[in-house]
Amino acid sequence: MLHRFANPARFMRLSGVLLPWMAGAAIILVAAGLYMGLFVAPADFQQGESVRIMYVHVPNAWMALFSYTAMAVASAVALIWKHPLADLAAKSSAPIGACFTFLALLTGSLWGKPMWGAFWVWDARLTSMLVLFFLYLGYLALYNAFDDPTRGARAAAILALVGFVNVPIIKFSVDWWNTLHQPASVIKMGGPSIDSTMLWPLLLMAIGFNFLYFWVLLLRMRGEIHANKIRMIRLRQVHG
Amino acid sequence: MGRFWHIIRRDLQMAMKQGMDSFMVVMFFVIAVVLFPLGAGPEANMLARISAGVIWVAALLASMLSLERLFQTDYEDGSLELLSLAPYPLEAVVLAKVCAHWLTTGLPLIAAAPLLAVLLNMQTEGFVILAAALALGTLSLSLIGAVGAALILGSRRGGVLLSLLILPLYIPVLIFGVSAVDAAIGGFPMKAQFLILGGFFLAALPLCPWASAAALRQALE
Repeated sequence: MLHRFANPARFMRLSGVLLPWMAGAAIILVAAGLYMGLFVAPADFQQGESVRIMYVHVPNAWMALFSYTAMAVASAVALIWKHPLADLAAKSSAPIGACFTFLALLTGSLWGKPMWGAFWVWDARLTSMLVLFFLYLGYLALYNAFDDPTRGARAAAILALVGFVNVPIIKFSVDWWNTLHQPASVIKMGGPSIDSTMLWPLLLMAIGFNFLYFWVLLLRMRGEIHANKIRMIRLRQVHG
Repeated sequence: MGRFWHIIRRDLQMAMKQGMDSFMVVMFFVIAVVLFPLGAGPEANMLARISAGVIWVAALLASMLSLERLFQTDYEDGSLELLSLAPYPLEAVVLAKVCAHWLTTGLPLIAAAPLLAVLLNMQTEGFVILAAALALGTLSLSLIGAVGAALILGSRRGGVLLSLLILPLYIPVLIFGVSAVDAAIGGFPMKAQFLILGGFFLAALPLCPWASAAALRQALE
């Protein structure tokens, strides 16, 4: 199964077919989610209109963790089975995840100002998200620090796996510590405790963001493959 | 086991011969801490309040200083390659080198810390706990640092890169190390912090040599 899709030529064909569908699904779902979140869903009785930041903030934060998990899985596959496509997937996932993490931190601090009275507080959830952002940056820096790109890929893959310890810490930080950040209300034992009028736009946004992630991921991976081809052609011209 | 001690002894002997390494790490530690009263003002109560944090942050940075050379010199002169070819697990080699690193940097830092605590006007209740928390914490720092030191072998701009990779992973140790000292000064129980620091150490003890050895193998390929 893995080997069937590890062939770059087959990957290019398949991803070319999938790309427009991913793009369409992402745009439609995010547009619907935004409309429902901004106009249909009710304002919160405590937080007022500013609760609507949630529809952007929470999917961003989920995707920040999802991207890192995907990056770690791809890194493990790359280290164990040495699939060149897994390396590309991990490398392409990192900048997307870094963007999601940055946006989660940014929207969170915009939400924190009216709710907590401060843009930033040093609680466990915020600090561990900030560490996640640094891990992404460290991964990218290490990837590009070697003259030999395969060395960079393997060193960065090991770092991605080491940094994965942070992911469960972020997920459970609000349960383990008494924090200002509110505890999990969607993904938890006993089902979500959030009202369905708010849950639906949130889920639409989350699935839309997921499609957005895969859309950009495929675009970046295709870009990397094209860049590799160009490098090969140039090398051949030099040596030929 | 004999070979394990042999590697530790070899690293310690080399550190002794070069002599200055441990001394410079401690000097950096002292100077970094002394900068704080000069920068933040000499007001005694304020210094006492931030003392635990300042000493921990300076210890973190100081223990990172010598990390870059943990595998670098052996990598450059080829002895790391010979060590990896020896019929002896590379993980154990890493663990031995980490022990030597801790003995040459962690231990001097712990010895210097109470003196700096006096300079920063820390309450005396905190001294023993500070040394104990540093002892447990710097072990984890050396272990985590070994992973970074192995990853940057052969890269450009190794030192700056190392801090970018390692400092985020140091943060949990910093948080609970400072919190243990603050709890001791405030008269609160600090068992939980020590259990967590011990947990970090016990988790890092098998995982970090394993990850460092994997990084070393791909660096030597």
